[in-house]
Amino acid sequence: MSKMEMSSPKTNMTQKDPSNTDEFIKGLWRDNPVFVQVLGMCPVLAVSNTAVNALAMGLATAFVLLMSNILVSLLRNFIPKEVRIASYILIIATFVTITDYAIQAISVELHKSLGAFISLIVVNCLILSRAEAFASKNTLLKSIMDALGMGLGFVFALFCLGAVREILGSGSFFGFELFPSNFQDWVVMILPAGGFFTLAAWLLIFNLAKRKEAGS
Amino acid sequence: MNEEPLMQIFINACLVNNFVLAYFLGICPFLGVSGKIDTATKMGGAVTFVMLISSVAAFGIHALLVTIDALFLQLISYIVVIASTVQLVEMIIKKLSSALFKALGIFLPLITTNCAILGLALFQTNKGYDLIQSVLYALGAGAGFSLALVLIAGLREQLDLAEVPDVIKGTVLTLIVAGILSLAFMGFSGLGSN
Repeated sequence: MSKMEMSSPKTNMTQKDPSNTDEFIKGLWRDNPVFVQVLGMCPVLAVSNTAVNALAMGLATAFVLLMSNILVSLLRNFIPKEVRIASYILIIATFVTITDYAIQAISVELHKSLGAFISLIVVNCLILSRAEAFASKNTLLKSIMDALGMGLGFVFALFCLGAVREILGSGSFFGFELFPSNFQDWVVMILPAGGFFTLAAWLLIFNLAKRKEAGS
Repeated sequence: MNEEPLMQIFINACLVNNFVLAYFLGICPFLGVSGKIDTATKMGGAVTFVMLISSVAAFGIHALLVTIDALFLQLISYIVVIASTVQLVEMIIKKLSSALFKALGIFLPLITTNCAILGLALFQTNKGYDLIQSVLYALGAGAGFSLALVLIAGLREQLDLAEVPDVIKGTVLTLIVAGILSLAFMGFSGLGSN
C-alpha cells in the first residue's frame, strides 16, 4: 500500500542531491511516517492510549530505527543482495532485544504496560522500509539524519495520538487531572475503537492542511 | 501452565480479543489488501496457515530455548522461523497450484512482516499454553483475522459506491469504518474472560 508513496521521496533524490538537513526535516513533516506514509500502524494504535506509553514506544522505535539504519548503512556494500531482507530483519531483531531488556531494566511497570508490543517493533514496517529504501543506498551521515528525522516524526505522531486519547479518554495528561470532577470521560477513546477514530481524525486534519497548501 | 478450556481459547482469540480489532495486529494488510472480498478471503487463508505452523514451531523453540537457557534468542529465532515458514509455504503453494500462487501474488512474502503472526507466537509463550492450546489459539486468531478482513472488505466494496467527501476517501474512511467495526466487536466481550 505504501509502495506508491514510498517512491516519491526516491524520485526527489535523483533529481537533486538533498542536503543533510533536508533528509532530517522531510521525516518530520513532508514524509511523516505515520500521517503521510501510513507505516507502522500496529504500535501506533495499540499503545497510544496514554501520552507516556506513546512517548516511550515512540522513543524505543526511534532508537531501533537509528541503530539499524547505522548498521545497515555501514554494511551496505557487504550484504549480498539475495539475503538482504533476512539480514536486515536479523539486525533489527538484535536491537529490539537490546531495547526490550533495557526498558525492563529501567521500569518494570512501563515494560508491563507496553507488553509484547516492544518485541513487535521487529515487524514494524517503518524500520524495514527505511533500511531497504534509504540506508542500503546512502552514506552513513545521510542515513543517520534520515533515521533521526523519521524517528522524531514517528514520536511526534504517536504523541499527538496519545495526548488526544488520554485527555479525552481519562481526563488527564501525563497522569495529571485536567478537568473538574464532573467531567464525563469519553471511555471509548481509550478503547481500541478510539484509536481508529483518533488516527482517522488526525489523517483528516493532515489531508486538509495538504489540500490548503496545494490550493494556495 | 495455563488451564484455560480449549473452546474458550478459540472464542477469545477469534471474537473477544480479535487480533485486528482489539489488539491492532496485522493492520497493514488489513488496510492494504482489504479492497475486495475475494483477495481478503485468500489472504486470510494464507495467514491462518502460516500462523498454525509458526505457532507449533514457536512452541518447540521455546521449549528448546528454556532447556539450553538462551531465552534472549527468542525474538530472533521466532522471526527466522516465521520467515522460513513463509518461504516454505510459498514453495508448497507454487508446486501444488500455480493458480492460487498467482492469485496471492506479492501478499505471500509480505506475510513475514505481518505482526499478527509474531504477536501470536509471543502471546502464546507469555500465556504458557501447551501444544494443543497453542494450536487452538492459532486457529482462533487466524479465523478472527480472516473474519475481520472479509468484513471490512465487504464494507469497503459497498462504500466505493457511496457518496463521500473527497478528503476522507481512502485511509481515513477505512479507519472510521474499522473503528465502528471494533465497537461492534466489543459486544462479544461478555462471551469470555480475558
